[in-house]
Amino acid sequence: MYQFNYHRPASLDEAASLMAGADDGTYLSGGMTLIPTLKQRLAAPSDVIDLGGIGALSGITDNGNTISVGAMTRHAEVAASNAIPALAALAGQIGDAHVRNRGTIGGSIANSDPAADYPAAVVALDSTIHTTKRSIPGGEFFQGLFETALDEGEIITSVEFTKPTSAAYAKFPNPASRYAVVGVFVARCGDATCVGVTGAGPCAFRWSQLEAELASGFSASAVANAGLDHSEFNADIHASAEFRGNLVRVMAERAIANTA
Amino acid sequence: MEISITVNGRSEALDVPDNALLADVLRERLGLTGTHVGCDTSQCGACVVHMDGAAVKSCTVLAGQANGAEVTTIEGIGDPDNLHPMQAAFRENHALQCGFCTPGMIMSAIDLVQKADGQLDEGDVRDGLEGNLCRCTGYHNIVKAVLAAQDDMKSA
Repeated sequence: MYQFNYHRPASLDEAASLMAGADDGTYLSGGMTLIPTLKQRLAAPSDVIDLGGIGALSGITDNGNTISVGAMTRHAEVAASNAIPALAALAGQIGDAHVRNRGTIGGSIANSDPAADYPAAVVALDSTIHTTKRSIPGGEFFQGLFETALDEGEIITSVEFTKPTSAAYAKFPNPASRYAVVGVFVARCGDATCVGVTGAGPCAFRWSQLEAELASGFSASAVANAGLDHSEFNADIHASAEFRGNLVRVMAERAIANTA
Repeated sequence: MEISITVNGRSEALDVPDNALLADVLRERLGLTGTHVGCDTSQCGACVVHMDGAAVKSCTVLAGQANGAEVTTIEGIGDPDNLHPMQAAFRENHALQCGFCTPGMIMSAIDLVQKADGQLDEGDVRDGLEGNLCRCTGYHNIVKAVLAAQDDMKSA
């Protein structure tokens, strides 16, 4: 690791002013991506600003129609919660037990890793990302490969999810890293169905063609009729774009079958 | 940077570099070399310790993040005359070959059993130990040991 200055502010204001005063600062949440990146010398921030000392950022609140998940809430805590069972099931499939004890929802979505699990739920559920500056609709948050709507220095404070009528997440994990090669989150909200896909594209996206097919009948057989262009999908040593395109269909069928 | 941590019940005040890792502080500053660093890329789990009641990979925790925390390492759970039930079960079931992964396996398994409240089956143990690699591939006896220790820890 390169040298950096470590800070552990006690408030969001203090965190923001540390960031403003740093040459090239970075926020640290759970550290499950950032610390391995630092160790491989793939990043060289001047200052690491640890958000772990800001107690107000952690915890899950049930607001009736929605739940608010504090940005520093660990995956293990979401996995053990029961307000949105499909979200809990998704959190329980992230990484391994140790990663889930440290990794956070805010850190995960701020990174916009194309293979992260949470983004599928953020785009499929009616969600809002609350930050130190504003509230961003979940559907507008992910903008590209490791790119989000966040401005420089802006900090996610919580993620608010509307409770679906029913939902399910199906994932094809990489057997070594347990990242999603492809993951599909299906959420029914009254008469509408939303489908979020992660792992396949540069960032999570809604599969609108399948949503349209499901509107005329909620059944796994709708997948075969839904258009899907895989030409721009991710291709790497783990899976070709074509294979990912097929996995999106298979995971969608499984998620639909598991959505009550 | 000054940090204070409680390790195996003892308070420690240490001056460490800002980029120090918890695993290195435990091993190099406190001499607790039972915590192993296998892969150094957050994959293998040989470095697992308990931090404030949760199993974590200490090679992927900055020392600053552990400031004020209570940490338990493999040295803190038992001794040769008074093994922890999980250590005893690993010995009984021949759940180690080279032994390198064993400290992390045992610390992960204790956390797994404590949180599961005695309801683990074989599949749960295999899932729960996904983050611990044994390159001798001795998983079968490790799973047997964890299931045996689950009963021992209940009656202990």
